[in-house]
Amino acid sequence: MANMSDNNIILRCQGLSKSFGALKAVNNVDLDFESGVVHAIIGPNGAGKTTFINLLSGELQPTEGQIYFKDHDLTNASPNKISQLGIGRSYQKTNIFPKFTCLQNCWIASQSRLKTSMKFFKSAHRDMEVMERAQRALELTHLAMKPEILAANMSYGEQRQLEIAMMLATDPELMLLDEPLAGMGSEEGAEIIELMRDLAKTHTLILIEHDMDAVFAIADQLSVMENGILLETGTVQQIRNSKTVQEAYLGEEETA
Amino acid sequence: MQKITKPVQLFLLIALGFALWFPSVGDEFYVELLINIMIIAIFAMSLDLLVGYTGLVSLGHAAFFGIGAYGLGIFFGEMNQYSIWAALPVSLILTALAAVVIGWISIRTSGIYFIMLTLALAQMFYYYFFESKLYGGDDGMFISTKPDVNFGSIQLLDLGNEHTFYYFTLGILVVVFLFLVMILRAPFGQVITGICANEQRVRSLGYATQRYKLASFVIAGTLAGLAGFLEAAHTGFITPSYLGWHESGNILVVVILGGLGTLYGPIIGAVALVLLEDFLPDITEHWKIVLGMIIVCVVLFLPNGISSLSGKIFRIPSQIMKTILRG
Repeated sequence: MANMSDNNIILRCQGLSKSFGALKAVNNVDLDFESGVVHAIIGPNGAGKTTFINLLSGELQPTEGQIYFKDHDLTNASPNKISQLGIGRSYQKTNIFPKFTCLQNCWIASQSRLKTSMKFFKSAHRDMEVMERAQRALELTHLAMKPEILAANMSYGEQRQLEIAMMLATDPELMLLDEPLAGMGSEEGAEIIELMRDLAKTHTLILIEHDMDAVFAIADQLSVMENGILLETGTVQQIRNSKTVQEAYLGEEETA
Repeated sequence: MQKITKPVQLFLLIALGFALWFPSVGDEFYVELLINIMIIAIFAMSLDLLVGYTGLVSLGHAAFFGIGAYGLGIFFGEMNQYSIWAALPVSLILTALAAVVIGWISIRTSGIYFIMLTLALAQMFYYYFFESKLYGGDDGMFISTKPDVNFGSIQLLDLGNEHTFYYFTLGILVVVFLFLVMILRAPFGQVITGICANEQRVRSLGYATQRYKLASFVIAGTLAGLAGFLEAAHTGFITPSYLGWHESGNILVVVILGGLGTLYGPIIGAVALVLLEDFLPDITEHWKIVLGMIIVCVVLFLPNGISSLSGKIFRIPSQIMKTILRG
Protein backbone atom coordinates (compact mmCIF):
# COMPACT_ATOMS: atom_id res chain seq x y z
CA MET A 1 0.00 0.00 0.00
CA ALA A 2 1.30 3.40 -0.93
CA ASN A 3 1.94 5.81 1.82
CA MET A 4 -0.68 8.49 1.38
CA SER A 5 0.67 10.63 4.18
CA ASP A 6 -0.67 13.68 2.46
CA ASN A 7 -4.35 13.27 3.25
CA ASN A 8 -5.37 15.48 0.44
CA ILE A 9 -4.24 12.99 -2.22
CA ILE A 10 -7.28 11.17 -3.60
CA LEU A 11 -5.63 9.29 -6.49
CA ARG A 12 -2.02 8.26 -6.82
CA CYS A 13 -0.20 6.68 -9.77
CA GLN A 14 3.19 5.08 -9.25
CA GLY A 15 5.42 4.10 -12.14
CA LEU A 16 2.38 3.58 -14.32
CA SER A 17 3.13 2.13 -17.76
CA LYS A 18 1.09 0.66 -20.56
CA SER A 19 2.68 -0.95 -23.59
CA PHE A 20 1.02 -2.06 -26.80
CA GLY A 21 3.70 -4.28 -28.28
CA ALA A 22 6.78 -2.13 -28.67
CA LEU A 23 4.85 1.12 -28.20
CA LYS A 24 4.92 2.55 -24.69
CA ALA A 25 1.67 4.52 -24.73
CA VAL A 26 2.08 5.46 -21.09
CA ASN A 27 5.63 5.43 -19.81
CA ASN A 28 6.47 5.33 -16.11
CA VAL A 29 4.08 8.04 -14.94
CA ASP A 30 4.18 9.14 -11.29
CA LEU A 31 1.32 11.48 -10.59
CA ASP A 32 -0.79 12.45 -7.57
CA PHE A 33 -4.21 14.03 -7.80
CA GLU A 34 -5.44 16.21 -4.98
CA SER A 35 -8.95 16.04 -3.67
CA GLY A 36 -11.21 18.89 -4.75
CA VAL A 37 -8.88 20.05 -7.48
CA VAL A 38 -9.46 20.32 -11.22
CA HIS A 39 -6.47 18.67 -12.78
CA ALA A 40 -6.16 18.94 -16.55
CA ILE A 41 -3.94 16.73 -18.65
CA ILE A 42 -2.83 18.27 -21.90
CA GLY A 43 -0.57 17.17 -24.69
CA PRO A 44 -0.53 16.62 -28.43
CA ASN A 45 -2.53 13.86 -30.12
CA GLY A 46 -1.05 10.45 -29.40
CA ALA A 47 0.54 11.65 -26.18
CA GLY A 48 -1.15 8.80 -24.27
CA LYS A 49 -3.75 10.89 -22.45
CA THR A 50 -6.74 8.69 -23.26
CA THR A 51 -4.72 5.53 -22.54
CA PHE A 52 -3.88 7.06 -19.18
CA ILE A 53 -7.57 7.70 -18.43
CA ASN A 54 -8.40 4.16 -19.55
CA LEU A 55 -5.90 2.85 -17.01
CA LEU A 56 -7.49 4.92 -14.26
CA SER A 57 -11.00 3.74 -15.12
CA GLY A 58 -9.99 0.08 -15.40
CA GLU A 59 -10.76 -0.21 -19.10
CA LEU A 60 -7.10 -1.12 -19.62
CA GLN A 61 -4.82 -2.98 -17.24
CA PRO A 62 -1.39 -1.41 -16.66
CA THR A 63 1.71 -3.26 -17.82
CA GLU A 64 3.60 -1.90 -14.84
CA GLY A 65 2.96 0.33 -11.89
CA GLN A 66 0.20 0.89 -9.37
CA ILE A 67 -2.91 3.04 -8.96
CA TYR A 68 -4.38 3.89 -5.56
CA PHE A 69 -7.70 5.59 -4.92
CA LYS A 70 -8.02 6.62 -1.28
CA ASP A 71 -7.47 3.31 0.55
CA HIS A 72 -8.10 1.08 -2.43
CA ASP A 73 -5.61 -0.52 -4.78
CA LEU A 74 -7.11 -0.04 -8.25
CA THR A 75 -4.21 -1.55 -10.15
CA ASN A 76 -6.08 -4.57 -11.53
CA ALA A 77 -9.62 -3.63 -10.56
CA SER A 78 -12.49 -4.06 -13.04
CA PRO A 79 -14.25 -1.02 -14.54
CA ASN A 80 -17.43 -1.84 -12.61
CA LYS A 81 -15.61 -1.99 -9.29
CA ILE A 82 -13.87 1.31 -9.99
CA SER A 83 -17.20 2.89 -10.87
CA GLN A 84 -18.73 1.57 -7.66
CA LEU A 85 -15.87 3.05 -5.63
CA GLY A 86 -16.89 6.49 -6.88
CA ILE A 87 -14.89 7.17 -10.02
CA GLY A 88 -17.03 8.14 -12.99
CA ARG A 89 -15.87 8.77 -16.52
CA SER A 90 -17.06 10.21 -19.79
CA TYR A 91 -15.76 9.16 -23.16
CA GLN A 92 -14.07 11.08 -25.92
CA LYS A 93 -16.01 9.07 -28.49
CA THR A 94 -19.66 9.39 -27.54
CA ASN A 95 -20.58 6.16 -25.79
CA ILE A 96 -24.32 6.21 -25.14
CA PHE A 97 -27.19 3.81 -25.81
CA PRO A 98 -28.61 5.17 -29.09
CA LYS A 99 -31.80 3.09 -28.94
CA PHE A 100 -32.62 4.20 -25.39
CA THR A 101 -34.36 7.49 -24.72
CA CYS A 102 -32.42 10.34 -23.21
CA LEU A 103 -33.91 9.59 -19.77
CA GLN A 104 -33.31 5.84 -20.07
CA ASN A 105 -29.63 6.48 -20.72
CA CYS A 106 -29.39 8.37 -17.43
CA TRP A 107 -31.72 5.89 -15.80
CA ILE A 108 -29.45 2.91 -16.33
CA ALA A 109 -26.53 4.99 -15.07
CA SER A 110 -28.43 6.08 -11.97
CA GLN A 111 -29.76 2.60 -11.29
CA SER A 112 -26.19 1.33 -10.94
CA ARG A 113 -26.08 2.96 -7.48
CA LEU A 114 -28.72 0.56 -6.16
CA LYS A 115 -27.27 -2.15 -3.95
CA THR A 116 -28.20 -4.59 -6.65
CA SER A 117 -30.18 -4.53 -9.88
CA MET A 118 -31.01 -8.22 -9.51
CA LYS A 119 -34.57 -7.11 -8.94
CA PHE A 120 -37.15 -8.93 -10.99
CA PHE A 121 -40.55 -7.85 -9.76
CA LYS A 122 -41.15 -4.15 -9.39
CA SER A 123 -41.10 -1.97 -12.50
CA ALA A 124 -37.77 -0.16 -12.64
CA HIS A 125 -39.28 3.25 -13.25
CA ARG A 126 -41.12 3.26 -9.93
CA ASP A 127 -37.92 3.74 -7.95
CA MET A 128 -38.11 7.44 -7.10
CA GLU A 129 -34.57 7.72 -5.80
CA VAL A 130 -33.17 6.42 -9.07
CA MET A 131 -35.53 8.67 -11.02
CA GLU A 132 -34.52 11.79 -9.10
CA ARG A 133 -30.81 11.16 -9.60
CA ALA A 134 -31.36 10.60 -13.34
CA GLN A 135 -33.43 13.76 -13.67
CA ARG A 136 -30.97 15.84 -11.69
CA ALA A 137 -28.23 14.74 -14.07
CA LEU A 138 -30.39 15.80 -17.02
CA GLU A 139 -31.11 19.17 -15.42
CA LEU A 140 -27.45 19.84 -14.72
CA THR A 141 -26.60 19.19 -18.37
CA HIS A 142 -29.59 21.20 -19.67
CA LEU A 143 -31.27 18.12 -21.16
CA ALA A 144 -34.32 17.95 -18.90
CA MET A 145 -36.56 19.43 -21.57
CA LYS A 146 -36.82 16.32 -23.73
CA PRO A 147 -36.38 13.16 -21.68
CA GLU A 148 -38.36 11.01 -24.12
CA ILE A 149 -36.31 11.71 -27.26
CA LEU A 150 -34.32 8.74 -28.57
CA ALA A 151 -30.63 9.30 -27.96
CA ALA A 152 -29.93 8.45 -31.61
CA ASN A 153 -32.12 11.39 -32.66
CA MET A 154 -30.35 13.95 -30.50
CA SER A 155 -27.92 16.43 -32.01
CA TYR A 156 -24.23 15.69 -31.68
CA GLY A 157 -23.80 18.39 -29.06
CA GLU A 158 -26.73 17.03 -27.05
CA GLN A 159 -25.26 13.53 -27.21
CA ARG A 160 -22.04 14.94 -25.78
CA GLN A 161 -24.05 16.50 -22.96
CA LEU A 162 -25.83 13.19 -22.40
CA GLU A 163 -22.46 11.49 -22.17
CA ILE A 164 -21.63 13.74 -19.22
CA ALA A 165 -25.13 13.40 -17.76
CA MET A 166 -24.69 9.62 -17.61
CA MET A 167 -21.49 10.03 -15.68
CA LEU A 168 -23.17 12.46 -13.28
CA ALA A 169 -26.08 10.06 -12.75
CA THR A 170 -23.67 7.55 -11.18
CA ASP A 171 -22.95 10.19 -8.53
CA PRO A 172 -19.15 9.95 -8.68
CA GLU A 173 -16.73 11.56 -6.27
CA LEU A 174 -13.94 11.72 -8.82
CA MET A 175 -14.71 12.41 -12.47
CA LEU A 176 -12.55 11.46 -15.42
CA LEU A 177 -13.56 13.64 -18.36
CA ASP A 178 -12.06 12.73 -21.71
CA GLU A 179 -12.43 15.78 -23.95
CA PRO A 180 -15.89 16.76 -22.71
CA LEU A 181 -16.01 19.76 -25.05
CA ALA A 182 -15.07 17.90 -28.24
CA GLY A 183 -17.57 18.69 -30.99
CA MET A 184 -19.72 21.02 -28.91
CA GLY A 185 -20.87 24.39 -30.15
CA SER A 186 -19.50 27.42 -28.33
CA GLU A 187 -22.76 27.99 -26.46
CA GLU A 188 -23.09 24.37 -25.33
CA GLY A 189 -19.39 24.37 -24.51
CA ALA A 190 -19.78 27.43 -22.32
CA GLU A 191 -22.61 25.68 -20.46
CA ILE A 192 -20.45 22.64 -19.84
CA ILE A 193 -17.53 24.79 -18.65
CA GLU A 194 -19.95 26.49 -16.27
CA LEU A 195 -21.15 23.06 -15.09
CA MET A 196 -17.58 21.85 -14.53
CA ARG A 197 -16.88 24.97 -12.47
CA ASP A 198 -19.90 24.15 -10.30
CA LEU A 199 -18.96 20.50 -9.97
CA ALA A 200 -15.40 21.44 -9.03
CA LYS A 201 -16.69 22.99 -5.81
CA THR A 202 -17.72 19.59 -4.48
CA HIS A 203 -15.86 17.05 -6.65
CA THR A 204 -12.45 16.17 -7.97
CA LEU A 205 -12.07 16.46 -11.74
CA ILE A 206 -9.44 14.99 -13.98
CA LEU A 207 -9.82 16.47 -17.40
CA ILE A 208 -8.35 15.91 -20.82
CA GLU A 209 -9.04 18.84 -23.10
CA HIS A 210 -7.61 20.41 -26.22
CA ASP A 211 -9.45 23.69 -25.82
CA MET A 212 -6.76 25.72 -24.04
CA ASP A 213 -9.07 28.59 -23.14
CA ALA A 214 -11.33 26.14 -21.35
CA VAL A 215 -8.39 24.50 -19.62
CA PHE A 216 -7.00 27.79 -18.38
CA ALA A 217 -10.49 28.84 -17.29
CA ILE A 218 -11.21 25.87 -15.02
CA ALA A 219 -8.04 23.93 -14.21
CA ASP A 220 -6.10 24.40 -10.98
CA GLN A 221 -3.37 21.93 -11.83
CA LEU A 222 -1.92 21.05 -15.20
CA SER A 223 0.04 18.04 -16.37
CA VAL A 224 1.66 17.86 -19.77
CA MET A 225 2.17 14.55 -21.53
CA GLU A 226 4.10 13.76 -24.66
CA ASN A 227 4.89 10.34 -26.14
CA GLY A 228 3.60 8.63 -23.03
CA ILE A 229 5.91 10.56 -20.74
CA LEU A 230 4.80 13.05 -18.12
CA LEU A 231 6.75 16.19 -19.02
CA GLU A 232 5.74 18.43 -16.19
CA THR A 233 3.09 19.05 -13.54
CA GLY A 234 2.26 22.29 -11.81
CA THR A 235 -0.17 25.12 -11.41
CA VAL A 236 -1.49 26.79 -14.53
CA GLN A 237 0.95 29.66 -14.01
CA GLN A 238 3.94 27.33 -13.57
CA ILE A 239 3.12 25.44 -16.73
CA ARG A 240 2.60 28.62 -18.72
CA ASN A 241 6.06 29.75 -17.70
CA SER A 242 7.76 26.38 -18.15
CA LYS A 243 10.30 26.37 -20.97
CA THR A 244 10.14 22.62 -21.53
CA VAL A 245 6.42 22.76 -22.00
CA GLN A 246 6.52 25.79 -24.23
CA GLU A 247 8.96 24.08 -26.51
CA ALA A 248 7.16 20.78 -26.56
CA TYR A 249 3.60 21.84 -26.76
CA LEU A 250 2.34 25.31 -26.10
CA GLY A 251 4.99 26.85 -28.34
CA GLU A 252 3.75 24.90 -31.30
CA GLU A 253 0.24 26.21 -30.80
CA GLU A 254 1.36 29.79 -30.72
CA THR A 255 3.33 29.48 -33.94
CA ALA A 256 0.56 27.49 -35.60
CA MET B 1 -37.91 -3.03 -22.74
CA GLN B 2 -39.69 -1.14 -25.45
CA LYS B 3 -43.37 -0.63 -24.85
CA ILE B 4 -45.85 -3.10 -26.26
CA THR B 5 -47.91 -0.74 -28.39
CA LYS B 6 -51.69 -0.51 -28.30
CA PRO B 7 -52.24 -2.26 -31.67
CA VAL B 8 -50.03 -5.14 -30.56
CA GLN B 9 -51.85 -5.39 -27.23
CA LEU B 10 -55.13 -5.56 -29.13
CA PHE B 11 -53.72 -8.19 -31.47
CA LEU B 12 -52.48 -10.30 -28.56
CA LEU B 13 -55.86 -10.09 -26.81
CA ILE B 14 -57.67 -11.17 -29.99
CA ALA B 15 -55.19 -14.05 -30.38
CA LEU B 16 -55.79 -15.05 -26.76
CA GLY B 17 -59.55 -14.90 -27.30
CA PHE B 18 -59.20 -17.11 -30.36
CA ALA B 19 -57.01 -19.56 -28.46
CA LEU B 20 -59.58 -19.76 -25.64
CA TRP B 21 -62.45 -20.30 -28.04
CA PHE B 22 -60.80 -22.67 -30.53
CA PRO B 23 -61.10 -26.07 -28.73
CA SER B 24 -64.90 -25.73 -28.51
CA VAL B 25 -65.18 -25.76 -32.31
CA GLY B 26 -61.82 -26.85 -33.70
CA ASP B 27 -60.84 -30.24 -35.02
CA GLU B 28 -58.99 -32.42 -32.47
CA PHE B 29 -56.02 -32.58 -34.81
CA TYR B 30 -55.65 -28.79 -34.65
CA VAL B 31 -56.09 -28.73 -30.88
CA GLU B 32 -53.06 -31.05 -30.77
CA LEU B 33 -51.23 -28.83 -33.22
CA LEU B 34 -51.96 -25.74 -31.14
CA ILE B 35 -50.60 -27.41 -28.00
CA ASN B 36 -47.48 -28.13 -30.00
CA ILE B 37 -47.31 -24.51 -31.16
CA MET B 38 -47.75 -23.16 -27.63
CA ILE B 39 -44.97 -25.36 -26.26
CA ILE B 40 -42.64 -24.19 -29.04
CA ALA B 41 -43.72 -20.61 -28.32
CA ILE B 42 -42.68 -20.94 -24.64
CA PHE B 43 -39.37 -22.45 -25.74
CA ALA B 44 -38.83 -19.66 -28.28
CA MET B 45 -39.71 -16.86 -25.83
CA SER B 46 -37.13 -18.23 -23.41
CA LEU B 47 -34.51 -18.06 -26.16
CA ASP B 48 -35.63 -14.53 -27.04
CA LEU B 49 -34.71 -13.39 -23.53
CA LEU B 50 -31.19 -14.59 -24.26
CA VAL B 51 -30.74 -13.67 -27.94
CA GLY B 52 -33.08 -10.71 -28.35
CA TYR B 53 -32.72 -8.99 -25.00
CA THR B 54 -29.33 -9.97 -23.62
CA GLY B 55 -27.51 -10.28 -26.95
CA LEU B 56 -26.24 -13.79 -26.28
CA VAL B 57 -26.72 -16.01 -29.33
CA SER B 58 -26.92 -19.55 -27.98
CA LEU B 59 -26.78 -22.55 -30.27
CA GLY B 60 -27.30 -24.98 -27.41
CA HIS B 61 -30.63 -23.91 -26.03
CA ALA B 62 -32.29 -27.25 -26.84
CA ALA B 63 -30.16 -28.91 -24.15
CA PHE B 64 -32.37 -27.30 -21.51
CA PHE B 65 -35.55 -28.28 -23.33
CA GLY B 66 -34.27 -31.87 -23.38
CA ILE B 67 -33.09 -31.89 -19.77
CA GLY B 68 -36.51 -30.64 -18.66
CA ALA B 69 -38.08 -33.52 -20.60
CA TYR B 70 -35.64 -36.15 -19.33
CA GLY B 71 -36.16 -34.90 -15.76
CA LEU B 72 -39.74 -36.04 -16.09
CA GLY B 73 -38.83 -39.27 -17.88
CA ILE B 74 -36.06 -40.40 -15.54
CA PHE B 75 -37.76 -39.78 -12.21
CA PHE B 76 -41.44 -40.21 -13.02
CA GLY B 77 -41.63 -42.00 -16.38
CA GLU B 78 -42.39 -45.45 -14.92
CA MET B 79 -44.73 -44.32 -12.17
CA ASN B 80 -48.44 -44.97 -12.51
CA GLN B 81 -49.27 -41.90 -10.52
CA TYR B 82 -47.28 -38.84 -9.53
CA SER B 83 -47.89 -35.23 -8.63
CA ILE B 84 -46.97 -32.29 -10.81
CA TRP B 85 -45.89 -30.49 -7.61
CA ALA B 86 -43.03 -33.00 -7.38
CA ALA B 87 -42.32 -33.55 -11.08
CA LEU B 88 -42.24 -29.94 -12.25
CA PRO B 89 -39.79 -28.68 -9.59
CA VAL B 90 -37.48 -31.63 -10.32
CA SER B 91 -37.37 -30.75 -14.02
CA LEU B 92 -36.93 -27.04 -13.38
CA ILE B 93 -34.19 -27.49 -10.77
CA LEU B 94 -32.31 -29.89 -13.06
CA THR B 95 -32.42 -27.47 -15.99
CA ALA B 96 -31.50 -24.54 -13.76
CA LEU B 97 -28.43 -26.45 -12.52
CA ALA B 98 -27.43 -27.40 -16.06
CA ALA B 99 -27.90 -23.75 -17.10
CA VAL B 100 -25.68 -22.57 -14.25
CA VAL B 101 -22.91 -24.92 -15.39
CA ILE B 102 -23.18 -24.24 -19.15
CA GLY B 103 -23.77 -20.53 -18.55
CA TRP B 104 -20.92 -20.12 -16.08
CA ILE B 105 -18.51 -21.49 -18.66
CA SER B 106 -19.97 -19.83 -21.77
CA ILE B 107 -20.57 -16.24 -20.63
CA ARG B 108 -16.84 -15.74 -20.25
CA THR B 109 -16.76 -15.50 -24.03
CA SER B 110 -18.82 -13.59 -26.54
CA GLY B 111 -19.81 -13.63 -30.19
CA ILE B 112 -18.72 -16.65 -32.20
CA TYR B 113 -16.94 -18.23 -29.22
CA PHE B 114 -20.10 -18.07 -27.16
CA ILE B 115 -21.98 -19.79 -29.99
CA MET B 116 -19.31 -22.51 -30.24
CA LEU B 117 -19.20 -23.13 -26.48
CA THR B 118 -22.97 -23.38 -26.03
CA LEU B 119 -23.09 -25.68 -29.07
CA ALA B 120 -20.30 -27.94 -27.79
CA LEU B 121 -21.56 -28.13 -24.20
CA ALA B 122 -25.12 -28.85 -25.32
CA GLN B 123 -23.85 -31.60 -27.65
CA MET B 124 -22.11 -33.21 -24.66
CA PHE B 125 -25.48 -33.52 -22.95
CA TYR B 126 -26.98 -34.82 -26.20
CA TYR B 127 -24.37 -37.56 -26.53
CA TYR B 128 -24.73 -38.44 -22.87
CA PHE B 129 -28.41 -39.27 -23.34
CA PHE B 130 -27.80 -40.76 -26.79
CA GLU B 131 -25.33 -43.27 -25.36
CA SER B 132 -26.93 -43.90 -21.97
CA LYS B 133 -28.34 -47.42 -21.78
CA LEU B 134 -30.02 -46.51 -18.52
CA TYR B 135 -32.21 -43.87 -20.16
CA GLY B 136 -33.02 -45.72 -23.35
CA GLY B 137 -30.13 -44.46 -25.46
CA ASP B 138 -31.16 -43.37 -28.93
CA ASP B 139 -34.54 -45.10 -28.51
CA GLY B 140 -35.54 -42.54 -25.93
CA MET B 141 -37.93 -43.00 -23.04
CA PHE B 142 -41.66 -43.41 -22.54
CA ILE B 143 -43.66 -41.71 -19.85
CA SER B 144 -46.47 -43.96 -18.75
CA THR B 145 -48.90 -41.34 -17.50
CA LYS B 146 -49.50 -37.63 -17.17
CA PRO B 147 -48.93 -35.87 -13.85
CA ASP B 148 -51.77 -35.31 -11.39
CA VAL B 149 -52.67 -31.74 -10.59
CA ASN B 150 -54.18 -32.03 -7.14
CA PHE B 151 -54.73 -29.75 -4.21
CA GLY B 152 -54.73 -32.06 -1.20
CA SER B 153 -57.09 -34.80 -2.22
CA ILE B 154 -59.05 -32.64 -4.64
CA GLN B 155 -58.25 -33.01 -8.32
CA LEU B 156 -57.79 -29.57 -9.87
CA LEU B 157 -57.10 -30.57 -13.47
CA ASP B 158 -57.22 -33.80 -15.40
CA LEU B 159 -54.28 -33.43 -17.77
CA GLY B 160 -55.23 -36.74 -19.39
CA ASN B 161 -58.04 -34.80 -21.04
CA GLU B 162 -56.64 -33.22 -24.20
CA HIS B 163 -58.66 -30.01 -23.85
CA THR B 164 -57.62 -29.58 -20.23
CA PHE B 165 -54.01 -30.03 -21.27
CA TYR B 166 -54.57 -27.41 -23.96
CA TYR B 167 -55.85 -24.84 -21.47
CA PHE B 168 -53.12 -25.77 -18.99
CA THR B 169 -50.46 -25.09 -21.66
CA LEU B 170 -52.18 -21.87 -22.70
CA GLY B 171 -52.19 -20.75 -19.07
CA ILE B 172 -48.47 -21.44 -18.75
CA LEU B 173 -47.79 -19.60 -22.02
CA VAL B 174 -49.60 -16.51 -20.72
CA VAL B 175 -47.85 -16.71 -17.34
CA VAL B 176 -44.40 -17.07 -18.98
CA PHE B 177 -45.12 -14.13 -21.27
CA LEU B 178 -46.23 -11.91 -18.38
CA PHE B 179 -43.30 -13.09 -16.26
CA LEU B 180 -40.85 -12.08 -18.98
CA VAL B 181 -42.58 -8.71 -19.46
CA MET B 182 -42.28 -8.19 -15.71
CA ILE B 183 -38.58 -8.97 -15.40
CA LEU B 184 -37.78 -6.91 -18.50
CA ARG B 185 -39.48 -3.87 -16.96
CA ALA B 186 -37.75 -4.45 -13.62
CA PRO B 187 -34.23 -3.14 -12.91
CA PHE B 188 -32.84 -6.48 -14.10
CA GLY B 189 -34.36 -5.95 -17.56
CA GLN B 190 -32.86 -2.48 -17.83
CA VAL B 191 -29.42 -3.93 -17.23
CA ILE B 192 -29.65 -6.81 -19.69
CA THR B 193 -31.05 -4.65 -22.49
CA GLY B 194 -28.15 -2.30 -21.81
CA ILE B 195 -25.73 -5.22 -22.04
CA CYS B 196 -27.31 -6.20 -25.34
CA ALA B 197 -26.66 -2.71 -26.72
CA ASN B 198 -23.20 -2.01 -25.28
CA GLU B 199 -21.80 -4.30 -22.61
CA GLN B 200 -18.59 -2.33 -22.13
CA ARG B 201 -20.55 0.82 -21.30
CA VAL B 202 -22.78 -1.01 -18.83
CA ARG B 203 -19.68 -2.33 -17.07
CA SER B 204 -18.16 1.14 -16.90
CA LEU B 205 -21.38 2.37 -15.27
CA GLY B 206 -20.65 -0.01 -12.40
CA TYR B 207 -22.50 -3.22 -13.21
CA ALA B 208 -20.86 -6.62 -12.86
CA THR B 209 -22.26 -7.62 -16.24
CA GLN B 210 -21.22 -11.29 -16.02
CA ARG B 211 -23.67 -11.88 -13.17
CA TYR B 212 -26.56 -10.40 -15.11
CA LYS B 213 -25.69 -12.43 -18.19
CA LEU B 214 -25.55 -15.60 -16.10
CA ALA B 215 -28.89 -14.80 -14.43
CA SER B 216 -30.45 -14.25 -17.84
CA PHE B 217 -28.94 -17.50 -19.10
CA VAL B 218 -30.32 -19.47 -16.14
CA ILE B 219 -33.81 -17.94 -16.39
CA ALA B 220 -33.90 -18.65 -20.14
CA GLY B 221 -32.62 -22.21 -19.61
CA THR B 222 -35.14 -22.94 -16.87
CA LEU B 223 -38.05 -21.71 -18.99
CA ALA B 224 -36.82 -23.89 -21.86
CA GLY B 225 -36.85 -26.76 -19.35
CA LEU B 226 -40.46 -25.91 -18.57
CA ALA B 227 -41.29 -26.19 -22.29
CA GLY B 228 -39.46 -29.52 -22.44
CA PHE B 229 -41.40 -30.77 -19.42
CA LEU B 230 -44.68 -29.88 -21.13
CA GLU B 231 -43.59 -31.56 -24.37
CA ALA B 232 -42.64 -34.78 -22.57
CA ALA B 233 -45.86 -34.77 -20.53
CA HIS B 234 -47.89 -34.09 -23.67
CA THR B 235 -46.40 -36.67 -26.03
CA GLY B 236 -45.40 -39.19 -23.35
CA PHE B 237 -42.19 -39.75 -25.24
CA ILE B 238 -38.65 -38.36 -25.16
CA THR B 239 -35.78 -38.82 -27.57
CA PRO B 240 -32.19 -37.55 -27.31
CA SER B 241 -32.85 -35.49 -30.45
CA TYR B 242 -34.69 -33.03 -28.19
CA LEU B 243 -31.26 -31.88 -27.02
CA GLY B 244 -29.53 -31.88 -30.40
CA TRP B 245 -28.08 -28.86 -32.14
CA HIS B 246 -30.67 -29.38 -34.86
CA GLU B 247 -33.37 -28.43 -32.35
CA SER B 248 -31.29 -25.50 -31.10
CA GLY B 249 -30.99 -24.20 -34.66
CA ASN B 250 -34.68 -24.74 -35.29
CA ILE B 251 -35.77 -22.73 -32.26
CA LEU B 252 -33.37 -19.95 -33.25
CA VAL B 253 -35.10 -19.86 -36.65
CA VAL B 254 -38.49 -19.56 -34.89
CA VAL B 255 -37.25 -16.57 -32.87
CA ILE B 256 -35.65 -14.82 -35.84
CA LEU B 257 -38.64 -15.56 -38.10
CA GLY B 258 -41.03 -14.06 -35.56
CA GLY B 259 -38.88 -11.13 -34.52
CA LEU B 260 -35.99 -10.86 -32.06
CA GLY B 261 -36.41 -8.89 -28.88
CA THR B 262 -40.20 -8.62 -28.97
CA LEU B 263 -41.46 -11.60 -26.88
CA TYR B 264 -44.63 -11.84 -28.94
CA GLY B 265 -42.56 -12.30 -32.11
CA PRO B 266 -41.45 -15.80 -31.07
CA ILE B 267 -45.11 -16.76 -30.53
CA ILE B 268 -45.90 -15.59 -34.07
CA GLY B 269 -42.79 -17.40 -35.31
CA ALA B 270 -43.95 -20.63 -33.65
CA VAL B 271 -47.39 -20.34 -35.24
CA ALA B 272 -45.89 -19.59 -38.65
CA LEU B 273 -43.29 -22.36 -38.64
CA VAL B 274 -45.54 -25.12 -37.30
CA LEU B 275 -48.37 -24.21 -39.66
CA LEU B 276 -45.98 -24.07 -42.64
CA GLU B 277 -44.50 -27.43 -41.68
CA ASP B 278 -48.04 -28.76 -41.49
CA PHE B 279 -49.50 -27.34 -44.72
CA LEU B 280 -46.54 -27.21 -47.09
CA PRO B 281 -46.09 -31.03 -47.37
CA ASP B 282 -49.66 -31.23 -48.71
CA ILE B 283 -48.73 -28.90 -51.57
CA THR B 284 -45.37 -30.25 -52.66
CA GLU B 285 -42.99 -32.99 -51.64
CA HIS B 286 -40.15 -30.50 -51.96
CA TRP B 287 -41.71 -28.45 -49.18
CA LYS B 288 -38.46 -27.95 -47.30
CA ILE B 289 -37.11 -25.94 -50.25
CA VAL B 290 -40.23 -23.76 -50.20
CA LEU B 291 -39.93 -23.35 -46.44
CA GLY B 292 -36.30 -22.35 -46.84
CA MET B 293 -37.23 -19.76 -49.46
CA ILE B 294 -39.95 -18.32 -47.21
CA ILE B 295 -37.45 -17.98 -44.36
CA VAL B 296 -34.95 -16.30 -46.70
CA CYS B 297 -37.65 -13.87 -47.89
CA VAL B 298 -38.66 -12.98 -44.33
CA VAL B 299 -35.05 -12.32 -43.35
CA LEU B 300 -34.45 -10.24 -46.49
CA PHE B 301 -37.66 -8.21 -46.58
CA LEU B 302 -38.71 -8.20 -42.93
CA PRO B 303 -35.39 -8.05 -41.11
CA ASN B 304 -37.21 -7.55 -37.82
CA GLY B 305 -39.30 -10.66 -38.32
CA ILE B 306 -42.94 -11.30 -39.08
CA SER B 307 -43.96 -9.36 -35.98
CA SER B 308 -42.69 -6.14 -37.59
CA LEU B 309 -45.52 -6.54 -40.10
CA SER B 310 -48.00 -5.53 -37.40
CA GLY B 311 -46.50 -2.04 -37.27
CA LYS B 312 -46.50 -1.83 -41.08
CA ILE B 313 -50.08 -3.09 -41.42
CA PHE B 314 -51.40 -0.62 -38.87
CA ARG B 315 -49.47 2.17 -40.53
CA ILE B 316 -51.07 1.63 -43.94
CA PRO B 317 -54.69 2.58 -42.95
CA SER B 318 -53.45 5.64 -41.07
CA GLN B 319 -51.38 6.67 -44.13
CA ILE B 320 -54.39 6.24 -46.39
CA MET B 321 -56.44 8.35 -43.98
CA LYS B 322 -53.80 11.05 -44.02
CA THR B 323 -53.70 11.09 -47.81
CA ILE B 324 -57.49 11.32 -48.02
CA LEU B 325 -57.57 14.12 -45.48
CA ARG B 326 -54.89 16.04 -47.34
CA GLY B 327 -56.60 15.53 -50.70
